[in-house]
Amino acid sequence: MSLILLIEQILNGLQFGIMLFLMAAGLTLIFGVMGLINLAHGSLYMIGAFCAAAVAGLTGSFLLGLIAALAGAALAGALVELVVIRRLYRKDHLDQVLATFALILIFSEGTRWLFGSFPLFLDVPDYLSGPITLPGGIQYPLYRLALIVIGLAVGLGLYLLISKTRLGVQIRAGENDREMIAALGIDIAKLYTIVFALGAALAGFAGALVGAIQSVQVGMGEPVLIMAFVVIVIGGIGSIKGALIGALLVGLTDTLGGIFLPEVMKLFFDPSTATSVGSSLASMAIYVLMAAVLVLKPAGLFGARA
Amino acid sequence: MKVMTMAATAVLALGLTNAQADPVKVGMITTLSGGGAGLGIDVRDGFLLAVKQSGNSDIEVIVEDDQRKPDVAVQLADKMVQSDKVDVMTGIVWSNLAMAVIPSVTAQGKFYLSPNAGPSALAGKGCHPNYFNVAWQNDNLHEGAGAYANFADMKKSFILAPNYPAGKDALTGYKRFYKGELAGEIYTKLGQTDYAAELAQIRASGADSVFFFLPGGMGISFLKQYKDSGIDLPVVGPAFSFDQGILQAVGDAALGVKNTSQWSKDIANETNKAFVESFQAEYGRLPSLYASQGFDTANLLLSAMAKADVSDADAFREALEEANFKSTRGNFRFGPNHHPIQDIHVREVIKEGDVYTNKIIGTALTSHADAYWAECDM
Repeated sequence: MSLILLIEQILNGLQFGIMLFLMAAGLTLIFGVMGLINLAHGSLYMIGAFCAAAVAGLTGSFLLGLIAALAGAALAGALVELVVIRRLYRKDHLDQVLATFALILIFSEGTRWLFGSFPLFLDVPDYLSGPITLPGGIQYPLYRLALIVIGLAVGLGLYLLISKTRLGVQIRAGENDREMIAALGIDIAKLYTIVFALGAALAGFAGALVGAIQSVQVGMGEPVLIMAFVVIVIGGIGSIKGALIGALLVGLTDTLGGIFLPEVMKLFFDPSTATSVGSSLASMAIYVLMAAVLVLKPAGLFGARA
Repeated sequence: MKVMTMAATAVLALGLTNAQADPVKVGMITTLSGGGAGLGIDVRDGFLLAVKQSGNSDIEVIVEDDQRKPDVAVQLADKMVQSDKVDVMTGIVWSNLAMAVIPSVTAQGKFYLSPNAGPSALAGKGCHPNYFNVAWQNDNLHEGAGAYANFADMKKSFILAPNYPAGKDALTGYKRFYKGELAGEIYTKLGQTDYAAELAQIRASGADSVFFFLPGGMGISFLKQYKDSGIDLPVVGPAFSFDQGILQAVGDAALGVKNTSQWSKDIANETNKAFVESFQAEYGRLPSLYASQGFDTANLLLSAMAKADVSDADAFREALEEANFKSTRGNFRFGPNHHPIQDIHVREVIKEGDVYTNKIIGTALTSHADAYWAECDM
């Protein structure tokens, strides 16, 4: 295993983690501020990807596709909040899980009805395609590098939004004591709609960015959703910082585990058994990580409440 | 009495000579929602097209969606066998679902005609007189790819497949025929969408070619990322990553790739030509290999129905074994373990106008049987 390969894999882990962060940030924000478990977050990811594919297909511009993804997912999020989620705040988590699970089915079949069952085409734009050579002779796809940069920029923007703006103050206050900020004259219903739309937009954005190098199809959101839940449990529910650290940990564990565990197993088994045992262990790696974190810190790494 | 005479006259007028009276009830469990829906929908549409074209009203098809989940498939199968009282079952696309359903269905005395999944476990020791595979044994297309790799002078292949029964059959099949050495061998997660880590390994391995089996959305992701990674090695794979349903989503990244298939839309025979045209007219899209398999499965069933009554299991089984139907693939017959003996072709991905599709460039294996039939004892 050469150093170049190792660095390339670490970059891959980072890139995967950053994309998970975009998903997890919205999920954790919605849970933290509104106390809502939103299983339909993966559907918003899918909506973003489909909006991007449809608009990029029509106009030929990837950038317009991205904007459409942000707008489409935010719009869908706001609509869902107004029509469905609003009725669920006072219910317990089981009702929320049931209702948002129903939303997954509605969104999946609705998308199939609109776009058909076959995957859509969405490609990396020409100016970001192909590999570039990094210092040290590492060949790395430019698009993935761009994903890391964009993800970090969004993370920074989110940090500034929450810590420096008036909306951010309201969001943080809403996390701590929602009755009190309602009493102070903040329109809590509007705040909730904004937070939900923001979370949805982040998910849709991630869906569009990832859709360009993966397959844009119905059901693409659910596997990512499970990972995003793992991330927010590790990072501590409600914490954006936790989501970032958790996402990077999960991304690196998953990527590096997939590479190194089969190699380690080769010391004990013949190559073909080793790859199969190693890959099985690698798929468990992030759940083992989650269990370990929960044993040491039951509220997650940066969780406020237990 | 009058009604019966009229019915008899109608039968004579249609030229039907069989004495069959009971309608055949078919239970089709396939994937119609979720990620793998495109495959199941093609199987269903191909099957129903053949039933419609036959004009045979003695066949009733019940279609249910397994959502690609083994537990759902098992429940549906129980319901179809016990309360719907079906005679024949078909439809399952995925090998892990097939393994969960088929052994219990055949053990209850029903016939199962597989339009897709052909796990090795059911071709060898686990074979059953009532189980017929109309598509292929899982290893077959990969064996074809291995044979093609030798022909194309590939000496150091990097091979990868998902970690599930068909994935293991895939790499076993490739290695059975491929004579060169391996630069690496990886099992990925089923449903994995990001292949950055695997691509980095391929780049570092010094391979001269890549063989992969990643059906459905997995293949789309892999090919797009492969192109973007700048790795410039020839790729070979089975048709599953290059079927008509997903090629449009892959785009240019698939152009020129060689893949192996038992079927292609340009196989020159009357049945196939008529099938491609009528499928396009009926559904407004080109058929995939899954659609051709569904179509052939229905025609096999119809051919057996014309010969024997399904309530006479032994006679019906013999009628199925004869495989006396016109396959879209041309040559088709069953081996002793009820799996096909057929040609495996090499296709190349091309662009016809605006549509990405495949064209046959050669034959990898002729009258090819699977490797497990000798272990089958029935």
